[in-house]
Amino acid sequence: MNAAVGTEQVWRWLAEVSDPEIPVISVVDLGIVRAVAFDGATCEVTITPTYSGCPAMQVIAESVIAALHANGIAQVRLVNQLSPAWTTDWMSEAGKLALKGYGIAPPAQQVIDISGLHAGVKRGALAPLKVACPNCGSAHTELTSQFGSTPCKALYKCLDCREPFDYFKCH
Amino acid sequence: MNHKLDYLLRQGDNALVLSQQLSQLCGKGPALEEDMALTNVALDLLGQTRMWLAYAGELEGRGRTEDQLAYLRDAHEMRNCLLLEQPNGNYADTLVRQFLFDTWHYFLMRGLCTSSDARIAEIAEKSIKEVTYHLRRSGDLMVRLGDGTPESHAKTQAALDELWMYSGEAFLYDATDEAMVADAVAPPADGLRAAFLEHLSEICAEATLAMPPADAWMQRGGKSGRHSEHLGFILAEMQFLQRAYPGAQW
Repeated sequence: MNAAVGTEQVWRWLAEVSDPEIPVISVVDLGIVRAVAFDGATCEVTITPTYSGCPAMQVIAESVIAALHANGIAQVRLVNQLSPAWTTDWMSEAGKLALKGYGIAPPAQQVIDISGLHAGVKRGALAPLKVACPNCGSAHTELTSQFGSTPCKALYKCLDCREPFDYFKCH
Repeated sequence: MNHKLDYLLRQGDNALVLSQQLSQLCGKGPALEEDMALTNVALDLLGQTRMWLAYAGELEGRGRTEDQLAYLRDAHEMRNCLLLEQPNGNYADTLVRQFLFDTWHYFLMRGLCTSSDARIAEIAEKSIKEVTYHLRRSGDLMVRLGDGTPESHAKTQAALDELWMYSGEAFLYDATDEAMVADAVAPPADGLRAAFLEHLSEICAEATLAMPPADAWMQRGGKSGRHSEHLGFILAEMQFLQRAYPGAQW
């Protein structure tokens, strides 16, 4: 290993590692990488799962290790950290813009309100989130389903341009 | 058995058995959105299963991984509540089972977020975000189907009446549960049950469904390994690969 390599350099390398499902966003912009440290020659990277069953986490872990190996760091240790639990709040502004450009509406609020129990068709419904359509920018949109094509997404439709779209939901 | 180990297996097995049941509906949902919701919930529950069973395996100290605990225990060793092994049935059966579980699961996870066991609190903190989405969906659908057509109302009411006797096992605390309460690992039954019943009655009222009596007789046994025959069939499919090809890996 090159002794001159510092954690800053490692962060830059990791910023090139894409999310396998959403290739426009890196694992750093997504907020999955929580810490980078050196323990002698071993580089310790702390990652946190987004959604507990997310099948991409295994691929992400392998990609992180592969990226560091490719840059000459032979010894890598991954630490899986559960707490504090991952939140969309950790997603960078650059990451949110990249999502939007890719056609996925970025999270509209920071953290899920766990006290809100009613998705609600009637009484006690949550105030609907203002989610802007990533295609035409209209805020005139409607939730189709809270669950979408991956654990992190919900399905919306735009009532103006009529396009359905994915929304990266708050967590 | 070590009470905490038993308690962890119960949490893991509840999530595991329901996840397996929901996975069987993949590609069979009544609408595309529901199909995706079922499998998303199944995936969340499987992720949570891994966290619970991995901890259980470490605590047990016999070197068993979450996979070994999931795939190599027989029915009498499983600790899930009887509710979760009830058949998928029609969509009202699937939904009511989900709603009863989600409501209890939500309040339990909220309680476990302040567990004296830091690892349990971490798992609960991670899970509660997912469970909130689960409960929003199933509560929403209870209202849509209960207050829907005469047929959807009748089927939902029938499912609720049919599954009701399985809704109380989680609150019938035994020595394991009480030991966890004594150590401030788990929340007491009374507060959980009150919150559960309150949310249920709220949703039932909105869904125009008659809530069965809270003091009805309740089935029990799953938490101590006494299961219905349904569980055997679920495990037979879920565990087939590891039974036929022991130690097989990706």
